[in-house]
Amino acid sequence: MQTLTQRLANPTRFMQLSAKLLPVFAGAAAAVILYGLYLVFFVSPADYQQGETVRIMYIHVPSAWLAMMAYGLVALSSFGLLVFRHPLADVSAKAAVPIGAAFTFLALFTGSLWGKPMWGTYWVWDARLTSVLVLFFLYLGLMALRSSVEDENLAAKLTAVLALVGVTLLPIIKFSVDWWNTLHQPSTGFTSTVDPSMRWPLLVMAVGFSLLFFALHLKAMRNEVLRRRVKALRMADVARRDTNAEPVAAE
Amino acid sequence: MDLGPHAAFIWMSYAAVAVVIGGLAAWLIADGRRQQAALKALEQRGVRRRSAGSDGSETNAAERRS
Repeated sequence: MQTLTQRLANPTRFMQLSAKLLPVFAGAAAAVILYGLYLVFFVSPADYQQGETVRIMYIHVPSAWLAMMAYGLVALSSFGLLVFRHPLADVSAKAAVPIGAAFTFLALFTGSLWGKPMWGTYWVWDARLTSVLVLFFLYLGLMALRSSVEDENLAAKLTAVLALVGVTLLPIIKFSVDWWNTLHQPSTGFTSTVDPSMRWPLLVMAVGFSLLFFALHLKAMRNEVLRRRVKALRMADVARRDTNAEPVAAE
Repeated sequence: MDLGPHAAFIWMSYAAVAVVIGGLAAWLIADGRRQQAALKALEQRGVRRRSAGSDGSETNAAERRS
């Protein structure tokens, strides 16, 4: 009896399954985000203190949440590669890094645009902002490390080790607003600290962004499986041509 | 829709999300097409994966064993 992860260890089976799941995730993400945008701009009220700028929260919080979740996925996949040698673990880790970097950039950028009218500055070097900036650089570092090592197996292992070391950053980001004095507001508690009139649109946008992330991740994984197939076929083609050419060379 | 004196900050935030996510999705779609085209070109030259059938259909290891 195979477990789900064992069944998905076959890239061909993964390609068949992901071909069916990808349009479902993409369609659901589009529908949920469109509904979320309707709630954000036409239903949710302005905040009594922040006014209309609170509408940035509906994209900033999901981006920040996905920046951390994507890194969690990279770390989990890296663990799967190093410990279980799951054939798709490195594919998953490699695919998640640029998407995580994109959401981290968006969390920083939208946070900066939210900060200017609320704090009077685009940036302060406090614990929350700085630790998220370090996360962004860590994503860039993972991409740079992988592309700098020619041997793909070695690159995968080195990147996985760095990703696992970097996972210590996640609790620092999460608890930075509790451990240090900061301009940043405390963590968003979906069930307690957000007024119900804003909680529902925020939850809808968070679900929509998460579905979008999984759609992008599935697509990136499919691309990576195809890239590896192309590489393997090119190598087989070169080997076949070398074999055919050998007798001629010998003569 | 009146978003008040800070409307530019709000619109710029949403525009950034649209540009970054749209760009990422477009890059992924283009990359997928590029890989598919490269795979097709190789297969047309007669280079096939072991798991690919003679008609181009795919089978996995378990199916090949049965």
